[in-house]
Amino acid sequence: MIEGLLIGLSAAFSIQNLLMVIAGCLIGTFIGMLPGLGPMSIIAIMIPVAITIGDPSAAIILLAGVYYGAIFGGSTSSILLNAPGVAGTVASSFDGYPMARKGQAGKALTIAAIASFAGGSIGALLLMIFAPMLSTVALLFHSAEYFALMVVGLSAIAAFAGTGNVGKAILMTLLGLVMATVGEGALFNMPRFTMGLMDLQSGFSFITLAMAMFALPEALFLVLNPKRSAQGASGKIENLRITKEEGRKIAPVIGRQSIQGFFIGVLPGAGATIASFLGYAVERNIATKEEQEEFGKGAIKGLAAPETANNAACTGSFVPLLTLGIPGSGTTAILLGALIALNVTPGPRLMIDEPQIFWAVIISMYIGNLVLLILNLPLIPYIAKVLAIPRNYLIPFILFFTLMGSYIGQNNATELLILVGMGICATVLKFADYPLAPLLIGFILGGMLEDNFSRSMQLYDGIGFIVDRPMTLGLLVIAVLLVVIPSYRARRAKARQEGVAEGD
Amino acid sequence: MALDRWVSFIILCAALAYGYAAFFTMDASLPPFMQRNPIWPSTFPKVLAVLTIATSLFILLGFEKAPESDQEPDIDYRRLGDYHLGQALTLLGLMVAYALLLRPAGFLFATFAFLSCGAFALGERKFHILLPIAAIASFIVWYLVDEVLGIFLRPWPFFI
Repeated sequence: MIEGLLIGLSAAFSIQNLLMVIAGCLIGTFIGMLPGLGPMSIIAIMIPVAITIGDPSAAIILLAGVYYGAIFGGSTSSILLNAPGVAGTVASSFDGYPMARKGQAGKALTIAAIASFAGGSIGALLLMIFAPMLSTVALLFHSAEYFALMVVGLSAIAAFAGTGNVGKAILMTLLGLVMATVGEGALFNMPRFTMGLMDLQSGFSFITLAMAMFALPEALFLVLNPKRSAQGASGKIENLRITKEEGRKIAPVIGRQSIQGFFIGVLPGAGATIASFLGYAVERNIATKEEQEEFGKGAIKGLAAPETANNAACTGSFVPLLTLGIPGSGTTAILLGALIALNVTPGPRLMIDEPQIFWAVIISMYIGNLVLLILNLPLIPYIAKVLAIPRNYLIPFILFFTLMGSYIGQNNATELLILVGMGICATVLKFADYPLAPLLIGFILGGMLEDNFSRSMQLYDGIGFIVDRPMTLGLLVIAVLLVVIPSYRARRAKARQEGVAEGD
Repeated sequence: MALDRWVSFIILCAALAYGYAAFFTMDASLPPFMQRNPIWPSTFPKVLAVLTIATSLFILLGFEKAPESDQEPDIDYRRLGDYHLGQALTLLGLMVAYALLLRPAGFLFATFAFLSCGAFALGERKFHILLPIAAIASFIVWYLVDEVLGIFLRPWPFFI
């Protein structure tokens, strides 16, 4: 591990990579602050830039920096405007905004910055310990287990993403898998489902799909409903200091939430959003009676908890990505797509074959957290000015960047028409309350899922591998349970509500 | 019928067409030596088609009741007219126009026009600020992409 650390240090401390971290964090903070643009859209917009850099470690360092920055920026707008830019920071506005209203905006931002820093750094430490362990286990996996593991990941994502309507989430996942089969596959050397169109020969472009699923519908929603981009001139922000006593009060919260947030982030499907809400709820439940009264009215503990948890969860979500090559959330799925485009396949072999990428990412997480703390804390009053960009300018620019992103990748104007068409479809799906992240994750994992499935079919000469390998069977059973249990429980809860049945 | 069930109906139709292709037309062109393989190019699509048809029927027939949420949705599609629908459609139209004009009109002109028309459609009327910003932004993006990143973008219209 020491050797790996040294490799990572030497890779991460090159001038180029340091600049990448700083640039990523700054860009992420600026854009993450704009209400309505989540980390997924920002990373999707940044991918073409990252891919043109060409160096995989630099690219993923940039994107990881953007991810952290976006989460941090999201908390700034939650606190100052009560308009969370990112779903993961909604819980921060519960207590952050009341603090800002009481004139403690500076203090709230400081607490957010410190809590994010601690959550991110402790998360990176845990990642360093757990990722190598997990990838040793993962080396024992066969293609059959990989196939089963991906099915587990997909069903977990579907089960979490569609709270209450698992069916819709599964349908979206399947649609993503179906879209992944369009074009020429590596295994068969024949075009499938292209309907004779040349433009579909190489399948749908992942960048275009990512833009169409996230950036475009969000921008259209901003146009349709101006209230979403709630804007207000932010007053002066001063008095950034916190007292020693307050520091002592939030320290145990930060410690607990870093660990809890990290492990929630590791689970596929649960990400920063769930971690932050759960962190807030747990801290409120274990607080003393007097402190519980304070929650929701500007308690520093209530701000520190979700802020720590969401950053720790962001770090945690890198564990399955780097060790198994299976993304646990929409954002890491986009990162996986970017890595594959750069000819790097994340998975258990990553640590052995390309240790410099693996360790550089971990080291740059520390640097990223430091940059966020050092750079953003003094700059907060100025950064907050971004919130004053008029929406008349903002929206055309967001649309232009989505167009540019998908054009740069392909250099093909037809791609732009596909983008607009799919964007309209995605907006309709969003209206109908279908979750969009499962579609993209299904699309990204589709190719790998089919490859591993085909490989095990060939090795075992048929479907027998499911029964022959107990681990595969076990994982597939877990996958089915993950999907069935939530809908069963929802049905029972509904039945109980209506007084129809009282089982057990 | 609610919108989500219409959507699942459309997906069902697409999945039926997809399944038809997977089950009946794809294997015809398969070379004989590949027919001895345990896995065919159509195997995985067949599985997907069956699962997709089953899931979309599940939603279409209303087996799954969405939980009643007391939260007001961001945008209620039933009252789409109450929102700025015209602006959204104009912007979509502008994006299509941009896609068609990008090659013939050149990057600089197309981008300048897109940014200023987009802001105009949203209600911006201060042209002395808008036009310079759009022009400068188009040039900066062209410079970054073409000169710094090295991806060719034709700056001027086709006749220059």
